[in-house]
Amino acid sequence: MNTSLSWIKRYVPDLDVTAQEYADAMTLSGTKVENYEELDKNLDKIVVGEILSCEAHPNSDHLHICMVNVGEAEPLQIVCGAPNVAVGQKVPVVLEGGSVAGSRDGDKNPEGIKIKAGKLRGVESHGMICSIEELGSTHEMYPEAPEYGIYVFPDDTKVGADAIELLGLHDAIIEYEITSNRVDCYSVIGIAREAAATFGKKFHNPEIKITGNDEKASDYIDVEVIDKDLCPRFTARVVKNVKIGPSPKWMQRCLASNGIRPINNVVDITNYVMEEYGQPMHSYDYDMIAGHKIIVKRAKDGDVFTTLDGQERHLDHDVIMICDAEKEVGIGGIMGGENSMITDDVKTVLFEAANFNGTNIRLSSKRIGLQTDASQKFDKGLDPNTAELAVNRACELMEEFGAGEVVGGIVDVYDEVRQPKEVAFEPEKINALLGTSFTEEEMIGYFEAVDLKYDADKRCVIVPTWRQDVFRTCDLAEEVARFYGYDKIPTTLPKGSSTAGKLQFDMRILSIARDIAEDCGFSQGYCYSFESRKVFDKLRLDEDDALRNAIEIINPLGEDFSIMRTTSLNGILTSLATNYNRRNKNVRLYEHGNVYLPKALPLTELPDERMRLTLGMYGEGDFFEMKGVVQLLLSKFGLKKKAAYTTDVLKNYLHPGRQAQISYEGVWIGEIGEVHPLVCQNYGIGERAYIAVLDMPAILPFATFDRKFTGIARYPAVTRDISMIVPREITAAEIEAVLEQRGGKLLESYNLFDIYEGPGILPGYKSIAYSLTFRHKDKTMEEAEIVSAMNKILNGLNGIGIELRK
Amino acid sequence: MSEIELKVKEIQDNALREITSADDLEKLNSVRVSFLGKKGSLTSVLKSMKTVSPEDRPKVGKWVNSARAAIEEQMEAKRKKLDAARLDRQLAAEKIDVTLPAKMKFIGHRHPNTIALEEVERIFTGMGYEVIEGPEIEYDDYNFTKLNIPANHPAKDEQDTFYINKEILLRTQTSPVQARVMEKGKLPIRMISPGRVFRSDEVDATHSPSFHQIEGLVIDKNVTLADLKGTLDVFAKELFGPDTKTKFRPHHFPFTEPSAEVDVSCFKCGGKGCRFCKGSGWIEILGCGMVHPHVLEMCGIDPEEYTGFAFGVGLERIALLKYEIDDMRLLYENDVRFLSQFN
Repeated sequence: MNTSLSWIKRYVPDLDVTAQEYADAMTLSGTKVENYEELDKNLDKIVVGEILSCEAHPNSDHLHICMVNVGEAEPLQIVCGAPNVAVGQKVPVVLEGGSVAGSRDGDKNPEGIKIKAGKLRGVESHGMICSIEELGSTHEMYPEAPEYGIYVFPDDTKVGADAIELLGLHDAIIEYEITSNRVDCYSVIGIAREAAATFGKKFHNPEIKITGNDEKASDYIDVEVIDKDLCPRFTARVVKNVKIGPSPKWMQRCLASNGIRPINNVVDITNYVMEEYGQPMHSYDYDMIAGHKIIVKRAKDGDVFTTLDGQERHLDHDVIMICDAEKEVGIGGIMGGENSMITDDVKTVLFEAANFNGTNIRLSSKRIGLQTDASQKFDKGLDPNTAELAVNRACELMEEFGAGEVVGGIVDVYDEVRQPKEVAFEPEKINALLGTSFTEEEMIGYFEAVDLKYDADKRCVIVPTWRQDVFRTCDLAEEVARFYGYDKIPTTLPKGSSTAGKLQFDMRILSIARDIAEDCGFSQGYCYSFESRKVFDKLRLDEDDALRNAIEIINPLGEDFSIMRTTSLNGILTSLATNYNRRNKNVRLYEHGNVYLPKALPLTELPDERMRLTLGMYGEGDFFEMKGVVQLLLSKFGLKKKAAYTTDVLKNYLHPGRQAQISYEGVWIGEIGEVHPLVCQNYGIGERAYIAVLDMPAILPFATFDRKFTGIARYPAVTRDISMIVPREITAAEIEAVLEQRGGKLLESYNLFDIYEGPGILPGYKSIAYSLTFRHKDKTMEEAEIVSAMNKILNGLNGIGIELRK
Repeated sequence: MSEIELKVKEIQDNALREITSADDLEKLNSVRVSFLGKKGSLTSVLKSMKTVSPEDRPKVGKWVNSARAAIEEQMEAKRKKLDAARLDRQLAAEKIDVTLPAKMKFIGHRHPNTIALEEVERIFTGMGYEVIEGPEIEYDDYNFTKLNIPANHPAKDEQDTFYINKEILLRTQTSPVQARVMEKGKLPIRMISPGRVFRSDEVDATHSPSFHQIEGLVIDKNVTLADLKGTLDVFAKELFGPDTKTKFRPHHFPFTEPSAEVDVSCFKCGGKGCRFCKGSGWIEILGCGMVHPHVLEMCGIDPEEYTGFAFGVGLERIALLKYEIDDMRLLYENDVRFLSQFN
């Protein structure tokens, strides 16, 4: 919403503030000013001059040498290049040292353009005669200005007068952000009322004079509203003997300042009233209305209608239409029809000011694909009581401008008249909510400044129908707070009972995960929650892989964001690829975020959102380095036992020989592996890459912050190394299972320190060496005990086909 | 003076002289051997004792012992001196260029979003707020209806909200967690709820279809707008520095009344106006208000007894402002050269 400051001042004449003061104060009282533009910025020393003589420049085929009277003792010699310059014209003249806003092409210069005396092709020039573009405006907004050339004032304009004043450019255009609850402020009057209250000035509501001849509008037009749920009110008035012509300059200026191009008196009046009251109007050529009857009803599914912009529109049953006795003549609240539009030959005009269901207009306008100034006003849900004011105001202006003869009376179909609301006045509750101590009188003063009347008998506040945002005490509290000033409300902290500030357990575990991952060289990434189905192919998932059961978004931002991720791998691999493409070396990334696993599709309840900690890396490091990070994480999460790494389930996206599913106490908690070379290829990662994924909800039940001191060993440990010849297919886990089972309590720890295959070892075998540490917690171990423990272990190893290396 | 006494004296003098001239530990050691060793000259005097008359033997023993003590004392002093000199030489030889590059451990870096989030969490947990999360895929009812945004409200327009079906959507705000916590009925409430939210905005320098919000909610008896102002004032000063000022502007949100938007004084220019704050001296950071009584009612809390305030702040907004990041897309690219710049 835009208004000019001068239009506001038409209703608040005492308002005397700069644009900056206005913007600041309005913003703090709730009518946020986004921006403002001072129209006379950079316009300096510009007066009305009269061209006394105009001769061709001897050295130019288009320049003229003019003598211009600017009201001073001596006329000025000014060289002018405009094609329309002529003797006798009254024109805007920039004096030496003055400035204009921009060039004649309409390009504005932020600092303006200084005008200095100088020579043009050898002839002295003392100033400049300017065009409307050089003054920072356009021919569109000043229809009387030539499309190309200098601006010319009427002949009776006083020489030497302030040209900027005459053009109405001592003004500022204010751009507001109106919140959706303040429908009334999508109008100049609404904002002016706020401005008056903000600055403590009197608000002058326009008083509409009764207009019209002795005839009755109802003799001209019959209105029937069939679908009253979509059109609660329809008012119509008639103006005959219409004379189409330009509207007065003041109205053109007002419209232009709101960004509306002046057209002719009838169109300008409807536009003016729409801006002034926020009530869109429509004008029909009365003679084109068949049967002189208006019927308001729903369209039929499949109807096609040509709007006045010449476009065919496809309608449905939920679109409200304005029809005459034979045909549709307009889409209610959105746009009129080509078949009844006003032309320059119109004789009788039918004015409509109706009220439509805002939600219906919003949805219809979206379905039809047509948003107009009118629909954008209606879709906020207007006050039906404004319709009558608007149509009467339009007729008043028609009469005032001599644009036609207004027919008396109004046709008004309005069954359920909207009444002002009454809201109980509870000052103590208002103070309790705000933390203030206003008196009743102070509060009532703030209410009445915006026409919220206090009824002392009923002890309530009467809320006028245009205020659609005031229902209860908290709404009244807002009125008090914003006119008193939010900035002046005290600043305190909640008293009340004390509460313990804390993070949830899962958040604390994740915070440890971040610390460990970063300690291990991984940087944190953030990945999107939605991705494309193509991801499943990139990851080489089988056609029937459960991960393909993803939740779909019905209105995605394109295919790339169309499903909710069921795996976190795509995010981390995409990020690794980004880094690889940018030639970053040795990249390690981690991410924590949810995957979304539906319990059933289509979704009937919320899905299982599972937090996944995902690590990915390429460059230095291998599978076992990644495994080390996983082990460190699990241990810092408080998982004391050994996690199992199994290979009976294989994933297509991982290297078939270098992957493992991770479980803890028999519960699956994640996976780890080298990324399959074909997947690396799909992502464009040109090096071996490794990933690990931990399923945090599976880990949390095992995680703990409890730690207990287990004592420091008092007796010495004994270490024995064993070197074994092991069949190739036996895993370290199998060997370690034997070590643990056979070693019992005495075996404190074991450590694999060598593994070898090759010359010297039989094919199909490998050599593995462990260092075993024994310790008795209560005494120094004797040799015999160690020998016995070792023998038990060696027997066990023999049992699975392992021999000591000779 | 007897011959032996003279000889001992001479040995002692020789020894002391040699000790003085020994300039390293090896030489000192050979002095020890040649005088005090098994075959040393002083030892040989003792060995020749048998040629001394028994009555003179104690005297000779005394002379020898006194000479040995004198030599040993001198030798120990010299040894300490040589040790010290050797250490000095060693240390001098070991001098390094301390300006050579450090050996760095290769560590990873935290995402600026998380750094900002942890900062916010620190501030609010310190004020007694609990951090609570909620589902990202949410019922329409919690995301809208229970927050006073009924069916057909413009905020529900499809262009803003990603839908899964009629009832289920990707939450557009963290506010539904408010409703979920209030419904549990445990009062008073002091919580913040950070999390991922979704809006149908095309990706560009200032928009992302997925971003993060931090919701705050306090419900108790006698909570006032003044308390909201005070709380956010503390928050802004903690986050942006003690000189930060806050400005509350009236605004509208369906789930709060009265509502406000909050600006903080530009921490770049201190409020004078600069390119960063577009000349205004202020930067908009959050929206807030007093919880709408209808929202309290819908969540089973009696608005006659309890009041409260809520606020919502964009995490990316804070991260972008605090770290002067000029393009939101950088937050999701995960380029390590970007990620390594914030801690």
